[in-house]
Amino acid sequence: MIDCQNLVKHFGPLLAVDQLSFKVEPGEVLGFLGPNGAGKSTTMRIIAGFLPASTGTVTVCGHDVASAAIAAKRCLGYLPEGAPSYPEMTPRAFLDFVADIRGLRGAARRGRLDMVYSLLHLEPVLEQSIDTLSKGYKRRVGLAQAIVHDPEVLILDEPTDGLDPNQKHEVRELINTMAANKIIIISTHLLEEVDALCNRTIIIAHGRILADDTPGNLEARSKFHNAVSLRLTDTTVLARVRSEIDSLSEVAHTEVDANTNRLTAFPAPGLLPLTAISELAAARGWEFAELHLESGRLDEVFRTITGGASA
Amino acid sequence: MSNVTAVMRRELKSYFLTPVAYVFIVIFLILSNTFTFYLGNFYERGQADLAPFFNFHPWLYLFLVPALSMRLWAEERRSGNIELLMTLPIELWQAVVGKFLAAWLFTGLALALTFPIWITVNYLGDPDNGVIAAAYVGSLLMAGGFLAVGSCISALTKNQVIAFILSVVACFVLLLAGFAMVLDLFSAWAPQALVDTIASLSFLTHFSSISKGVIDVRDLIYFGLLIAAMLYANAIVLELKKAD
Repeated sequence: MIDCQNLVKHFGPLLAVDQLSFKVEPGEVLGFLGPNGAGKSTTMRIIAGFLPASTGTVTVCGHDVASAAIAAKRCLGYLPEGAPSYPEMTPRAFLDFVADIRGLRGAARRGRLDMVYSLLHLEPVLEQSIDTLSKGYKRRVGLAQAIVHDPEVLILDEPTDGLDPNQKHEVRELINTMAANKIIIISTHLLEEVDALCNRTIIIAHGRILADDTPGNLEARSKFHNAVSLRLTDTTVLARVRSEIDSLSEVAHTEVDANTNRLTAFPAPGLLPLTAISELAAARGWEFAELHLESGRLDEVFRTITGGASA
Repeated sequence: MSNVTAVMRRELKSYFLTPVAYVFIVIFLILSNTFTFYLGNFYERGQADLAPFFNFHPWLYLFLVPALSMRLWAEERRSGNIELLMTLPIELWQAVVGKFLAAWLFTGLALALTFPIWITVNYLGDPDNGVIAAAYVGSLLMAGGFLAVGSCISALTKNQVIAFILSVVACFVLLLAGFAMVLDLFSAWAPQALVDTIASLSFLTHFSSISKGVIDVRDLIYFGLLIAAMLYANAIVLELKKAD
């Protein structure tokens, strides 16, 4: 378990983290969302034991990161932002070093290292120096370093930043396979990543928690939640269709995108307009090029919650 | 202890994976021999000892050791690796000592590779090998002192060039403190106690007595304390500056 209580971090006059409190239980994959400079990395660095908090406490698996730093560090794996490593070393030598420090010995060590090599598909590059590797491989070496001791807690600072879509997918798959009984904290500013990976999301800005919920519930906060988007094959009747949909009791109001002619019907509070609209369409004989139910847009929720905050 | 060894082994490995190790060793060997034969007049003196060899070590180390120590922490901080290292389950002092020992062991290796000159002097004459062994010990201790100063300064900056220049200056001051020229400046007006204090802070004073074959406990304590104090300062600097 990770337990952060009233974390505060000052850098000189700058308040980077402001009274942050949250708990994370095993099995949770927590996505840290926030604009750049929101305090995501700082918070992760405090949990990982790299930075001391100005005030407040963090315990990782019951160990206070300030007073029992080594014990806390033993049960966590950390991927710093940008996945630093020693460029002149080979992945094998680098991971050997980490395994040494992690106290892995004998058969257990060989087993873990082999498993990590195959999990991250590192075999082809084991004997190549790290600075000759592609960005994707470098990131995987960084991840390998974090999981070599099979930690209970994984803290990954922007694990897919700068990777191509295939590599992103691979890293996400990997995180998903590990997620079952670990605590995983991921920071990102990619909203699709939260959908793909996390079962809980904390949105922070200016060092404060603005929202703490499941991605689904956050999407439900979107005005697009349960809205219906549609495009007609015959756009000439759009105005008439719009006024008829507008008059449905389930629909609060409608919007039309002038470029795509896409009509979006926003639901009246607590109602689902999809059935009413499709029944109406069947009765009137409208033909749709496209019709779908919106689940909510995380990016819109994010912008609303953070108020366009950025640094 | 195993953490210190792990850090040390990784660091040593890195020396040999980059040209640093080879360049350092080759330059050290070429320069030390050039100085011995051309500036030290090894042959012309007609004495079977290695004084012309060891006399130049302080000046060699003045430039070569900072070149080795400059990357110890500056590079770690610049590349962000320090974040990785400091979140592994090791104590800060273990990392500091491990890295320092790697650099020290490496200079020890470079020093050991000067053995042909020891063989040469034994072939040419009948030197006091005890004095030569003591001088080797003194030289290694002095290199350790230089390295500890350089390691501490390297933690102050992310820029290796700045670390190099500051280390050279700091080591130069520590060397000069024992130079007759500098001491004369003080002895004209300052009380003898102050002159002695300044002289006693100098690498040169302690090295020259060891290199004459006199291993005085005070000289050993001097280098031991200097290294310990510098590494302690190194750890404090890292604690303060690691996140910058």
